[in-house]
Amino acid sequence: MQTIRINGITRIEGHGKITIQLDDHGVVQDAHLHVLQFRGFEKFCQGRPFYEMPSITARVCGICPISHLLAGAKACDAIMGLRIPEPAELLRRTVHLAQITQSHALSFFHLSSPDFLMGWDANPAERNILGLAAKYPDLAVEGIRLRKWGQHVIELLGGKRIHSPWIVPGGVAAPMTEATRDEILKSIPDALGIATRTLEFFKHMMEELSDEVETFANFRSLFMTIGRKDGNLCLYGSGRRHEGRLRFADADGHIIADNIHPRDYQQYVGESVDSASYMKAPYYKPLGFPNGIYRVGPAARLNIARQCGTPLADEALNEFRQRFGNVSLSSFHNHYARLIEIVFAIERMQQILQEPDILGKDIRAEAKANEAQGIGIIEAPRGTLIHHYKVDGNGMITSVNLIVATGHNTLAMNRGLRQVADKYISGRTVTEGALNRMEGLIRSFDPCLSCSTHADGKMALEVDVLNADGSLQQRIARE
Amino acid sequence: MTEKARIATLWLDGCSGCHMSLLDIDERLLDIAGKIELVYSPVVDAKEFPENVDLTLVEGAIASDEDIEKIKLVRSRTKLLVALGDCAVTGNVPAMRNNFLLEDVLHCGYVENATDNPGTPTIEVPKLEPKVIPLHELVPVDLFVPGCPPSADLIFFVLSEVLAGRVPDLATQCHFGN
Repeated sequence: MQTIRINGITRIEGHGKITIQLDDHGVVQDAHLHVLQFRGFEKFCQGRPFYEMPSITARVCGICPISHLLAGAKACDAIMGLRIPEPAELLRRTVHLAQITQSHALSFFHLSSPDFLMGWDANPAERNILGLAAKYPDLAVEGIRLRKWGQHVIELLGGKRIHSPWIVPGGVAAPMTEATRDEILKSIPDALGIATRTLEFFKHMMEELSDEVETFANFRSLFMTIGRKDGNLCLYGSGRRHEGRLRFADADGHIIADNIHPRDYQQYVGESVDSASYMKAPYYKPLGFPNGIYRVGPAARLNIARQCGTPLADEALNEFRQRFGNVSLSSFHNHYARLIEIVFAIERMQQILQEPDILGKDIRAEAKANEAQGIGIIEAPRGTLIHHYKVDGNGMITSVNLIVATGHNTLAMNRGLRQVADKYISGRTVTEGALNRMEGLIRSFDPCLSCSTHADGKMALEVDVLNADGSLQQRIARE
Repeated sequence: MTEKARIATLWLDGCSGCHMSLLDIDERLLDIAGKIELVYSPVVDAKEFPENVDLTLVEGAIASDEDIEKIKLVRSRTKLLVALGDCAVTGNVPAMRNNFLLEDVLHCGYVENATDNPGTPTIEVPKLEPKVIPLHELVPVDLFVPGCPPSADLIFFVLSEVLAGRVPDLATQCHFGN
């Protein structure tokens, strides 16, 4: 038996390691993702006032702090037992769409596109955003500008790009000015132009990526998202509209569980501890562990959605379905789905900004803790995010459970790693390009390992292929 | 500086917000790209921390045996070591677990909040330290850049000063809460 360790997966948001077990003939026996840090938010938030939770849990993740601010605020809304005012909801949805755009842009341009454009086997020293800028300056600049656009909208609304204190229990902290609304509206055509050009470009590139589509976690599983009544793509889950209930579909796209109120999530979602990772593995409880494997995120959302609900995104989704089927079983399609969702996010933001209530001054409802617990669920860029808090009579936190988007994909990422290893790793030598594809599989999920252990990090890599007696057979290092 | 400056970034126990703030310098990233060589970072594929690094920006606090090993290696190979952001500077959010026993923190995550196979992970994962500490409690730090996260402008100021061959003076550049 031999073990290959990819110790320090790069170009992902977090701190992970992959191990691949080979038998004596060099045949892959197993592959596993290990998440390497743990911070303990679920414990150290105990004893804090509940209304601090959005700002504290924003620090779970600097990439998608808006996700945690929103899920946390929704959980607090539930603890207060109130419905937030319409302007507040429109503003929360706006900032969420800005975040979806910036986070998806980061995943596509900064982290993953070097693999497609420079090549999976390219010189590792150049296979990054700066290498991309040297070779494809136009595309790199567009990627930087699109991420900047999303971050700038967040800053205009929240005063700060990262860890903004603007999203609060009961609503938001300040209304939107007419000048801000107009500035964002004016910038939308440019952002939408970048998004549609990138989608067009990637569509043509897909022909060269059929091996990746075939092997990057391409298998049957369940899918989960939150839903809207009309069946269209749902990201925020409006409480005022009674949306945002959990929805599960099978590998054929049939809805198998629907309209699950956030307070009932524990009847459907269990969490199994993986003894070799600080990331837990959620599963669909009715099928048990590990049969209850399901996936979340952009491709899962589009598999379940009837339509997106905006013109250009719907056109793109229809074209995608004509080409790849109504249900895409390959997680490589997350990249394509991310680009469709960026188009959707910008189009939807344009619609929301034109609602008369967007400039409303009624932006925050106030109450003390009226319920013993609250659960907030949204679709983060990477998938479904669940915050569950319990409080005592003073509104002090007594219990916290966070189930983050990346966690839901744990079982699928491990199965996907096995699939890629089976295809690209055999015999006794392993190429750097094969290992980069293993990391590429993980990148297709855009995992946020910061989020998933409520921890983070990353580190140096050396890959050792060990013999059964533990002696070194081969070492692959990247300079 | 005629030769390209060898810059690295390291991510320990933090949320990546400081790295995101670094990316928030946006197009200015491309302006300085010609003057630097990014030799190690979560956003590039180098896996081994190289020798002779001019500047390393370190995000995050020290929380595990692996963090200790990494920061010692990085310190020994770096001329100017920067504690980037409140977690590196003070311990900040990761250090909030210091109020509790580590075993209680782990029990909460992996026993109380688990429905299958409860128990603390022990295979292939780093060992957590009982207390989370800021960088300077373990290694000498040359520059402290506070903030949660430090703003993109502040990070750009630090980079610009270093590239101009100066040690940045932050006293007039940042204040608490920003």
